[in-house]
Amino acid sequence: MEHQPPPFFNRGPAPLVRLMFFVILALLLMVLDARFRYAETLRAALALLAYPLQRVAMAPVQLAVGVAEFFSSQVQLRRENDALREKQLQAAKDLVTLDALAAENTQLRRLVEARERLPRKSTLAEILYSGRDPFSRKVIIDKGGNNGIQPGLPVVDDVGVIGQVTRVYPLLSEITLVTDKDHAIPVQVVRNGLRAVAYGAGDGATLDLRFMAANADILNGDVLVTSGIDGIYPPGIPVAKVARIERDAAYAFAKIACMPAAGAGQHGQVLVLARDANLPPAPELEQAPVRPAKAKRARRRE
Amino acid sequence: MIEDRPQRILLRVKVSFMALTTLLALLFNLLPWRDVTGLPDMLALVIAFWCVHQPRRMGIGAAWLLGLMMDAANGALLGQHAFAYSVLAFAAVQLNRRILWFSIWPQALHVLLLLLGSQLLMLSVRLAAGGAFPGFAWFTGSGIAALLWPVVTFLLLFPQRQPETVDVDRPI
Repeated sequence: MEHQPPPFFNRGPAPLVRLMFFVILALLLMVLDARFRYAETLRAALALLAYPLQRVAMAPVQLAVGVAEFFSSQVQLRRENDALREKQLQAAKDLVTLDALAAENTQLRRLVEARERLPRKSTLAEILYSGRDPFSRKVIIDKGGNNGIQPGLPVVDDVGVIGQVTRVYPLLSEITLVTDKDHAIPVQVVRNGLRAVAYGAGDGATLDLRFMAANADILNGDVLVTSGIDGIYPPGIPVAKVARIERDAAYAFAKIACMPAAGAGQHGQVLVLARDANLPPAPELEQAPVRPAKAKRARRRE
Repeated sequence: MIEDRPQRILLRVKVSFMALTTLLALLFNLLPWRDVTGLPDMLALVIAFWCVHQPRRMGIGAAWLLGLMMDAANGALLGQHAFAYSVLAFAAVQLNRRILWFSIWPQALHVLLLLLGSQLLMLSVRLAAGGAFPGFAWFTGSGIAALLWPVVTFLLLFPQRQPETVDVDRPI
């Protein structure tokens, strides 16, 4: 005989059933997000919901910064003013020669019939906070899709490359730093023009040059700049400096650790560079990649 | 020994107060922290608290939704916090009678294990998805959160400890 409990004891499904339901839902979401990237619209909607909360959370911090700036002493301001004036004088001297050099450079380029490099458009953005996800290296900036930011654009500061825009929300965007484990950037050694690819080491502070032969001509202190062959990063921007080389005869490749040139932790402002306008279109893929691991990596990097 | 301890009869909890404190904890997590290691996950702590004290009003579903909010705001893998928080809520609801039987510091010890468990779940999920290991310092957040358990207990039970009506003419 069926026996139903009275309605005031009814508490819905058993806790274990409920847990299983939500765990399976979460696992499904994670697989969709990590392997197939189908969950982007849901993520954008949720992020838009969370945006006012984030603004509210940021308000007291901004207020504190504003108050601290207001009360910064006059002495400090004057010292800063003097330093800036001195810097400007030096820069002015450089600027005079720069004009001449730029003119000369254009002429030389025309002589070798090299394609003229147009200056890229850039957007100034401010770093709002570093990503709270401890498993990846990301920062959030205050410009988004409404300001013309697109996924894949390179981001630099006044010293060198910071990273690449990986996710764009209407009002914010997310930058993956060059030190992130999933980030790769084509580089070139300034001293001898050797090309390589630098990967984030995953420890949050360094980059690795992988798959360089043990006898490759790389020395401690070599400066690595972007090579520009990827069509995303403009060539010649500093990326990192070689910090440590381990050559072990037992391995075919050397272990090369590099320190990044730019630090997203130190600066508030960054520049998001637009795409190079006169870049030839990318060649068509001949066939779909076979291995899923490869496909994922290619998508992540575009 | 336990029988000697005076038990306090609490007032009914206000659902609006629960919602407010959960929202405040979410706001704390959303503050623009800059690479602070050992940051306590206040939202997880507050979810665990309400699951222990009010298992009929806070549960797995609410924890799941809050976790999803955290994921979207953090740019983390979507579902990672939702997964960890729902398991945390389940464990806290299942253990709530046992936990409440203890005094405050053994309670904090239980909560420490619950929070560490949820962090381990998150770690395993992220390592499986190809994330980088954040270092053992990341786990100190749970320790700090567990140390905050007495403070959180005092603050969140404060409205329930107020007398309902103040009788000024009471003889005693």
